[in-house]
Amino acid sequence: MRKVLFTTCLGAVAAFAAGATYANEELHKLSQNPKDWAMPAGDYGNQRYSKLNQINAANVGKLQVAWTFSTGVLRGHEGGPLIIGNMMYVHTPFPNKVYALDLSKENQIVWKYEPKQDPNVIPVMCCDTVNRGVSYGDGKIFLHQADTTLVALDAKTGQVAWTAKNGDPSKGSTGTSAPLVVKDKVLVGISGGEFGVQCHVTAYDMKTGKQAWRAFSEGPDDQIKLDPEKTTVLGKPVGKDSSLATWQGDQWKIGGGCTWGWMSYDPALNLVYYGSGNPSTWNPKQRPGDNKWSMTIFARDADTGMAKWVYQMTPHDEWDYDGVNEMILSDQTINGAPRKLLTHFDRNGLGYTLDRVTGELLVADKYDPKVNWTSGVDMNKSSPTYGRPKVLDQYSTDKQGEDHNNKGICPAALGSKDEQPAAYSPETQLFYVPTNHVCMDYEPFKVSYTAGQPYVGATLSMYPPPGETHMGNFIAWDGKSGKIVWSNKEQFSVWSGALATGGGVVFYGTLEGYLKAVDAKTGKELYKFKTPSGIIGNVTTYEQGGRQYVAVLSGVGGWAGIGLAAGLTDPTAGLGAVGGYAALSNYTALGGALTVFALPH
Amino acid sequence: MRIIWFVTAAILVAASGEIASAEDPVDPTAVKSEDGKYLDKEGNPTFKVASDGTVDWYTYSGYRRYHSECHVCHGPDAMGSTYAPALKDSLKTMSYGDFLGVVASGRKNVSTSQENVMPAFGDNPNVACYMDDLYVYLRARSNDVVGRVRPANHEDKPEAYTKAETSCMGK
Repeated sequence: MRKVLFTTCLGAVAAFAAGATYANEELHKLSQNPKDWAMPAGDYGNQRYSKLNQINAANVGKLQVAWTFSTGVLRGHEGGPLIIGNMMYVHTPFPNKVYALDLSKENQIVWKYEPKQDPNVIPVMCCDTVNRGVSYGDGKIFLHQADTTLVALDAKTGQVAWTAKNGDPSKGSTGTSAPLVVKDKVLVGISGGEFGVQCHVTAYDMKTGKQAWRAFSEGPDDQIKLDPEKTTVLGKPVGKDSSLATWQGDQWKIGGGCTWGWMSYDPALNLVYYGSGNPSTWNPKQRPGDNKWSMTIFARDADTGMAKWVYQMTPHDEWDYDGVNEMILSDQTINGAPRKLLTHFDRNGLGYTLDRVTGELLVADKYDPKVNWTSGVDMNKSSPTYGRPKVLDQYSTDKQGEDHNNKGICPAALGSKDEQPAAYSPETQLFYVPTNHVCMDYEPFKVSYTAGQPYVGATLSMYPPPGETHMGNFIAWDGKSGKIVWSNKEQFSVWSGALATGGGVVFYGTLEGYLKAVDAKTGKELYKFKTPSGIIGNVTTYEQGGRQYVAVLSGVGGWAGIGLAAGLTDPTAGLGAVGGYAALSNYTALGGALTVFALPH
Repeated sequence: MRIIWFVTAAILVAASGEIASAEDPVDPTAVKSEDGKYLDKEGNPTFKVASDGTVDWYTYSGYRRYHSECHVCHGPDAMGSTYAPALKDSLKTMSYGDFLGVVASGRKNVSTSQENVMPAFGDNPNVACYMDDLYVYLRARSNDVVGRVRPANHEDKPEAYTKAETSCMGK
């Protein structure tokens, strides 16, 4: 029955060949059917929330493994599968395989895609060969390969419909992010912040793969698609050359500001939201100025790419606090007034809530109490430093200068949270946030730029906050007040995307490999199961044949696989001490596998 | 001389299909020093750690360069990651010549289950100008004379080193 529906739907799209907006409506509709998981983040708002409630707080303890699937790839598995009708689409890290499984036929492999890519792209990928997933639109599956090829595959056959080259890996550009389909376009970012890439978001025509627009994170106004008069920052026009004026010389050309996080979209406002990453290099002394618009939340018109508003969270980054984490869109009431909100958990340790229509800053508070590099954001609208974080000199790697080891900065470069996306439940009106609880020493020094080579310029070491031994927390956050509602300790960073459900249960994975279910109201652990490998993937849910399933990719790796595989060191240990914090390698090993859970029949 | 040695070593490895399992191929004890760089009996760079824990400049500098350029794949303190080997172990069997060759030219270990690729750093001054620093630090790690911490004290930066660094980095 559902298969018939799906086929009919595809047929209808084909019939209205010119129907660009129609395809969008199709996807929008799919994303609102809780039986499907049609977008990487579940819906355009990136809420990672499903109305499905067959699995609930009362029965989740009885959850069982329904079936499993090996991806045949060992590296770090980020992201999660798409489920549309009876089909499931599973992606892998490099070599970026895609499997199409028929859920109505005992998960048979209908087609498999495996591109031929030059393995020389592997070492250009900072922090493992991850990929954050595929997107669907107009009967096609879109994949952003490691070598930056954006490929459109026929969803039924896996045949390549078109390809587009999004960057040059020989200069350090790589593809790791999941595309976002909006109307008749496929939007995709790019990675390479540790290689001095001038990063951008690019929109391609969904039918042909032809480039529609490209907006860089730094550069002249026409390149960054900012209108000096109409684009605003905290309510005021950005003015002319708002980016160029904040860089010395041509440094912006190798300025980073990469765009490898998740994108969200508000159909009513026709605005796309995403964040830009760290400015290159990691040595702040080599790039005086605010380095706009790195570390920035962008709100752009989906059709033209023009920015409506921007907000830079960490001007002149000194710690690698990328601003790429997801922008979660919600509608909530603040001080009695209904607001269209955007909530963002930044690497810098601050949870931001903004008005997504205007870009007005409403809340900026620490979502890990250990965050110490700033005393907070100036919320006084009449202050000349309105919206800026106050940086403590002690933790300013710029003030302390090159070749100085700055100790005890929290959070570490990993951020209080990295790309692992949080979830939002409209029922509890809480955000469920997987976090890192790690601090660092950071020493910047001079580096020279060579195209296609790492461009880092800082030495760092990481460890849990002094006096603590756990390196992660899973928290519930109130975005209206900027307060932690509950917090569960985890031994390792929580590097898995969360899922909130209508059953009052929140799911997430851990680096040891546990899939965990907790009570949405209290955080009480209700269920856990150890999957074959550590989880850095995102939990999804869908319904098939009247049964609710919960699915997650295992496959330890990513940046977590670097920092934690060997265990972190204890900075207070004496010279020659072998000791270190628990090593992840004592708990789990490599291996990509999808584990799917359901209640017993 | 070193190049010849490197080629020979490579042939041996290729012929036997595995790397010899001896500890540090050469006794790492420093027998002399030239401008703050310590050398073993074969004239290869090595570490020098004083009884109070003070390390030579190269070990210290290698620690810093490693944790900028190498650790994103090979893990903190040369302990390895989920996808690149622990160099504190690799250096137990890898000669100085072999080390220089792999860092400069890269290496590919591609099999049906793994695709490990190390890039060539020969053209990257941030690495190429600090080959000896990295080697000395990793040699110290592989011999367990430097632990999993930043060396607390180090010898001063030698004047000759500063000159060589300036000319190599072109600044």
